[in-house]
Amino acid sequence: MLILENVDAHYGKSHVLHGVSIEVRAGEVVGLLGRNGVGKTTTLKAIMGMARRTGGRITFEGRDLEGVPPHGLAGLGIAWVPEERRIFRLLTVLENLRTGLDRPGVTPAHRDALLDKVYAYFPILKERRNQAGGTLSGGEQQMLAIARAMMLEPKIILLDEPTEGLMPRMVAQIQEIVHALHRDGVAILLVEQNVPLTLDAAGRVYIMEKGTVRHHASAAELRADQRVIHEYLGV
Amino acid sequence: MDQIIIQTLHGLVNGMVLAMVASGLTLIFGIMDIVNFAHGDLLMLGAFVGATVLGMTGSYWLALLGAAIVIAILGALLQVTTLRPLIGRDPLTTILATFGISLVIQKYALWQWGPSVRQISEPVRGDFNLFHLQYPWYRIVTAVLAGLILTGLWLFLKYGKYGIWIRATTQDRVMAQAMGIPVPLVYTAVFAIGSAMAAASGVLFGPFAGVTQTMGFDFTVRAFVVVVVGGLGNLGGSILASIFISLLESYAAILVSPAQAVIVSFVVLVLTMLFRPTGLFVPTPR
Repeated sequence: MLILENVDAHYGKSHVLHGVSIEVRAGEVVGLLGRNGVGKTTTLKAIMGMARRTGGRITFEGRDLEGVPPHGLAGLGIAWVPEERRIFRLLTVLENLRTGLDRPGVTPAHRDALLDKVYAYFPILKERRNQAGGTLSGGEQQMLAIARAMMLEPKIILLDEPTEGLMPRMVAQIQEIVHALHRDGVAILLVEQNVPLTLDAAGRVYIMEKGTVRHHASAAELRADQRVIHEYLGV
Repeated sequence: MDQIIIQTLHGLVNGMVLAMVASGLTLIFGIMDIVNFAHGDLLMLGAFVGATVLGMTGSYWLALLGAAIVIAILGALLQVTTLRPLIGRDPLTTILATFGISLVIQKYALWQWGPSVRQISEPVRGDFNLFHLQYPWYRIVTAVLAGLILTGLWLFLKYGKYGIWIRATTQDRVMAQAMGIPVPLVYTAVFAIGSAMAAASGVLFGPFAGVTQTMGFDFTVRAFVVVVVGGLGNLGGSILASIFISLLESYAAILVSPAQAVIVSFVVLVLTMLFRPTGLFVPTPR
C-alpha cells in the first residue's frame, strides 16, 4: 500500500536519508527501529512531504505522492501523529478533534459515531473535551494526537515515538490502542525506541542506521534471535 | 463631568470602528505573518466603492454590503497574485509588496475619483441631546453595527467549521495541513475576510469625515498601533486596545486640542514596546 523506493532526503544542506526502501501493506503494523538521529522521523516527514525529497519514489496505493499537496494526504488516507504531538494548544480537545472531522462526506451521525469511538478508547478526552489542548498532560496530549488522527479514518497512521516520555500505565494504553487500530484494519508505520513494544505490536520490523535501512525481518524472527537488535540498538 | 461622559461616548464609538479595522489586520498577521501596509487603502477603496454604490442605488445598506463583497474579492485576488508567491520569503519582501499595493490603490483612487472629498450620507439622521451637545444617532448606530460585526466574526471563529480551520492554521500550519485543512485556501479566505472588514469600516466611517484617497494611511498607522499594543495576532487584544487607546485619546482631547491628543496613542505604543513587547492585553506570552 505504502511503498518507499530508494528515498533520499535533505534537511537544509545535510543529506539525511540515503536510499530508504520500506513497504507497508494494507492493514499491517510495521515497526521502524533505530537509535536517535538515524532518520526515522525524517522518513515519516518525507512521506508527509515535509522533508525535501531529493531522490527515489514514494507511492501510496499505486499513486506517486510527488504531486500531492501536503493537505491532500489526509484525503488519501494517510494520517500523521508527530513525535512532538503538535496539539493545537489553544483549541479545545473537541476542536482539535473537529479539525479531522469537518471534512466533506461526514454526516452528523457518522461524526458522533467517530467521536464515541475515540471517547470509548480514551474516556479522559471526553471528560476534558472543552478544555484547551495545551492544558493536557503529556500522556493525554499523546492520546489526543492519536484520537485526532483517527478522526480522519485513515488507511495508514504514521506513528512517531508515541510512548516517548510516558509513564508505564500510559505506555500500556498506547500499546492497547495500537492493537485496537490493527484489529480495525488500519495499517501503522510505527517509529519507536521501545523494542519490546515494537516487537509485540508489529508484524515486520525495519532497522535503520545512518539514514538507511540496515535490516529487515519479521518481528517473530527478531523475538527469537535478538542479536541484530543488540548490534544496531545496543540494548 | 458632562465633558467626560461625552468624551467616553466619543472614545467608544471611535474605538469600535478602529477595532473593526484592526481586527482584519491582526487576523491577517496572525495567520500569515504578513504586515499588510495596504490595509488602510483597502478601507479607503471600500469607502469609495460604498459611495459609488450609494450614488447608484441610494441605499446605504447595499453600499455597505457591496463594498465588503467587492473588496473581499479584490483582497482574495491580491493574495493569490501577489502575496501567495512570497510565502516563506523574508518578511521585508511582503512589507515592500503590500506597500507597493498601497501606492497602486491610492493612485488608482486618485485617477478614478479625483482628489476631492466624497460624502457618504448617513442612513440614520437626527440627533439626541447630550448635555450641551447635539449627538448624532448615526455614531451610536455605527458603534452598535461594528460591535455586531465583531461579534459575528468572533462567533464564526469560535464555532464555525472554517473558523476552527483558521485558528488551527494560525497555531500550527504544518499540522493543519496534515489534518487535511487546505491551508493555501484558508490564507486567501482570511485575506478576503480582513479586506471585507476594512471595506465595511470605510463605509461605516465615511459619514464621519468624508472619503478621500489619502484617508487610508492614517487608518493603517492607527490600526498598527492598536495591533502592536494589543499583542500581534491577538484578536481580543486588538479590540480591547482599540477601545483603550480611543478612550485615552478622547480624554486627552479634553485637556489639549484633538490633533495633539493623537500623540497619546504613540506614547502608549512606545511604552508597550519598552515594557510589554508581547502586548498589553496578552495574559501570558506563548
